[in-house]
Amino acid sequence: MRDVAVIGTGMVHFGELWSDPLRKIWAGAALAALDDAGVKTVDHITIGCMSSGLFTGQEHLASLLADEAGLNGVPATRVESACASGGLALRTGFAEIAAGLADVVLVTGVEKMTDVDGAAATYALGTAADQQWEGFHGITFPGLYAMLARIHMQRHGTTIEQLAQVAVKNHANGRLNPHAQYHLKVTVESVLESTLVADPLHLLDCSPITDGAAALVLASVDKARELGRAKPLVRITGSGLATDSIALANRADLGELAAVRKAAERAYAMAGRKPADIDLVEVHDCFTIAEIMATEALGFFAPGDGGPAVERGDTAIGGKIPVNTSGGLKAKGHPVGATGVAQAVEIVSQLRGAAGERQVKGAKIGMTQNMGGSGGSSVVHILEVE
Amino acid sequence: MFSPAIAWREYPQRYRLEAARCTKCGKILYPPRLVCPQCGARTFETVVLPREGKVLTYTVVRVPPTGFSEQTPLPIALVELANGVRVMVQIADVADPESLTIGMPVRLEFRRINSDGEAGVIFYGHKAVRA
Repeated sequence: MRDVAVIGTGMVHFGELWSDPLRKIWAGAALAALDDAGVKTVDHITIGCMSSGLFTGQEHLASLLADEAGLNGVPATRVESACASGGLALRTGFAEIAAGLADVVLVTGVEKMTDVDGAAATYALGTAADQQWEGFHGITFPGLYAMLARIHMQRHGTTIEQLAQVAVKNHANGRLNPHAQYHLKVTVESVLESTLVADPLHLLDCSPITDGAAALVLASVDKARELGRAKPLVRITGSGLATDSIALANRADLGELAAVRKAAERAYAMAGRKPADIDLVEVHDCFTIAEIMATEALGFFAPGDGGPAVERGDTAIGGKIPVNTSGGLKAKGHPVGATGVAQAVEIVSQLRGAAGERQVKGAKIGMTQNMGGSGGSSVVHILEVE
Repeated sequence: MFSPAIAWREYPQRYRLEAARCTKCGKILYPPRLVCPQCGARTFETVVLPREGKVLTYTVVRVPPTGFSEQTPLPIALVELANGVRVMVQIADVADPESLTIGMPVRLEFRRINSDGEAGVIFYGHKAVRA
């Protein structure tokens, strides 16, 4: 397998981008990444997008978007694993280069979610759950995570205040990220006073509906050296992917996110790293409980200690393992297909020492954890700066 | 997405709670599959699920998906039936959602789940009620 490096990053400001169609949002991020890398063309394009069909009525994105970027004719692959589509696009690009099929790959993620009303968006997102046997009965995504939260609370004594503190921390980080959708100050009280969406989860426990795109340019390390880069070289040293039943009814243990644990084990093994080696991590906090369960599944905290860890400040910038310095899905926004790529954009920025006010001092090794549905898939990457 | 064809082909599971029991390892699959995820065998016999079970976890959906607004707030539970099979079902006839608890004994009853405007089909299935 060949060594792979990230040589360019780009993203658009996340938010409700009423003026822009999917193709323009995507191209904004793609061109920014190509410019950052200083390359004009690539050997392959990967695109993570969950559901452009349901959100915008447009499929066949691979060809549409290659053309939009002025790269007509370049091979392009769209991949889908619900909200983990972006992470899967990164892994697919990584694999293209590692296998020697390409030297330079443009990895992208995109979702345009605001061209449909709330009910249609809820329906589109709901397709990541088992529609036939669970969605049929009226369960929603917040509802599925609420069920996982209820079990975590009963088994470990996790509190709604600890859940709220995840939102407080991530919104505080998001205020330092100019690309974030929200720059709100959120308090434990404001989370607990927000509308109940699915007991015990409140509105401010949930990530928002967002338009956005993010992009990376990957190259083989040999190619990256040939191109001659002024910025520090960031290598992708570990990549792990795992699946699980999307129906909660078929999960072996509802107290953990097994796909996250398995994907992390694979990424740690490839990189030759362990949790204690990681300086910071972007995790898939689509709901506050998801961040707590993800930090446990990644091995940063023992099962049940994810909630107390937030309370202790272990996951804040300056803490033992800073989690979601970008603001996470909670504050930065969650354009589902873009999220997994945007997580890597943040880690590369941190490893380059270019994260400004939210910089984690001395960060050398970072991790991203992207997740589909309620944990039916997960993609984990480890990135290291030279 | 619902259609008359979908409703029709799922009658055995939704109306009669038919599941498949692996003839090799005994695992019960609901809905049935072609291969047993536990032992890999591919032969099954039809069994009917028991109606008694207990709540493994639950929520009360306050922001409902399309078609459920009349039933909101909507208590939904993951129920473990007496034979260990787990099913996602609504909890019906709940006057006070605060009274729901993990471990609560329930019984499945045949009820109307939803009526779908576009397909013009009334969907029936099972809901849990306090046992």
